[in-house]
Amino acid sequence: MAMVVAREWREIPGRYNLEGTRCGCCGKIFFPSRAFCPHCRRQSIGKMEPFPLKPTGEVYSFSIVHQSDGFNRRMLPYAVVFVKNDDSIMLAGQLVDVDLPTVKIGMRVRAVLRKLDEDGKAGIIHYAFKFVPAE
Amino acid sequence: METGIVSYGAYVPRYRIKPEEIGRIWGVDGKAMGRGLMINQKSVPSPDEDVVTIATAAARDMMARVPDVDPQDIGALYVGSESLPYAVKPTATVVAEAIRATPNLTAADLEFACKAGTAGIQMCLGLVGAGMVKYGVAIGADTSQSAPGDALEYSASAGGAAYLIGSERIIARVNRTLSFSTDTPDFWRREGQMYPVHGGRFTGEPAYFRHVSSAAKRLMADRGTKPEDYTYAVFHQPNGKFPTRMAKQLGFTPEQIAYGLLTPEIGNTYSGAVPLGLAHVLDHAKPGDRILVVSYGSGAGSDAFDITVTDEIAGYRRANAPVLDQILAHTVDIDYGTYAKFKGSIALPEE
Repeated sequence: MAMVVAREWREIPGRYNLEGTRCGCCGKIFFPSRAFCPHCRRQSIGKMEPFPLKPTGEVYSFSIVHQSDGFNRRMLPYAVVFVKNDDSIMLAGQLVDVDLPTVKIGMRVRAVLRKLDEDGKAGIIHYAFKFVPAE
Repeated sequence: METGIVSYGAYVPRYRIKPEEIGRIWGVDGKAMGRGLMINQKSVPSPDEDVVTIATAAARDMMARVPDVDPQDIGALYVGSESLPYAVKPTATVVAEAIRATPNLTAADLEFACKAGTAGIQMCLGLVGAGMVKYGVAIGADTSQSAPGDALEYSASAGGAAYLIGSERIIARVNRTLSFSTDTPDFWRREGQMYPVHGGRFTGEPAYFRHVSSAAKRLMADRGTKPEDYTYAVFHQPNGKFPTRMAKQLGFTPEQIAYGLLTPEIGNTYSGAVPLGLAHVLDHAKPGDRILVVSYGSGAGSDAFDITVTDEIAGYRRANAPVLDQILAHTVDIDYGTYAKFKGSIALPEE
């Protein structure tokens, strides 16, 4: 349990505000954030900077989920999407507040904060970004 | 020092249920119930929405309209609600994190039935006026609870609004605020109980009407104003009937309360009700407009505000976020089964 809470806490900047990292050497952007650039390797140590991604983008690919258990049972059926955001970073998440037949590749979306899951009735509530159609 | 509203944002979930659909399940003439309460439909949160997500949506829109304001200059953030996701663990810190206002600020959740949002506005006005913080954020939001089949179920809904309070570039100056509070047990929820209990007709005269009218009259006496001096008025709206009758008793016209009365279309958003009504007024306000605002929270108390819209509103970037008329235009009707599933009234097996 303690591990789950600690991990939840570490990931808050990314989950709430789409904060990734940018390599101070080559300028590449990473999401989720990394402590180390796989291209610049040791040169990047200490040079990774926080980088808030743009909350807008377009659907790159999607799928409709019809079976799930736990928290998401009450959300069925729902859409999961790959979103290419306006920094050209690929993000995975749910697309909600949408009429499922209207979901299509290329549609504009924006990130909002929603409940992702909860650890039963007594545990922590997980909040994170999901996507909604951008008018 | 002049203090007031620098920015605001509002959010209402998109799902709606009608009184006749609720009445169909409980063997009640829901249409007549809706007519009596002056409620055509009420908003329902999606299973992944709660006070944290509603407050965050409103607060992010509030910040989007003032791109020059550094969230690090926010020194206080209060969330007023009676449906906080955690009994112990603040909602305010999640919202503060989500608008990048952490860590150098004070934050707390407030509870005073339906008026904790306006209590937060008063606290921020005090902190800003005293020079203790540059900006304060006050949010009123709820995913209102009601017992299935109870009269409250026809009105209890979800939504919220956020206010950035400061002393620079204010779009609406708060000329004066005062309150009227007594121990009046008209509505309550005990610790650990799922649903609130109310005193039926007792919630009317000695509770809502006494507190709202006393606060409104005291404020107008203090300011030397009459109802005709105000362009708009916003009263707490547990249903459509109470604020309409209150306005008439105090001498306000239906036109003065029209923009501030959202309950007939979205239901009673509890702590969100007056903040949302004021947001809808500000969506339409022009420089020089004067607004009387009176909230009400059971238990019981009213906060009254005398507000003047300033010239700053002309350059205010309202269009950076959707206004309420846009938010309320996209709705999806649901039936009672979906509503029960969304509200978690249907027990699912433990995973």
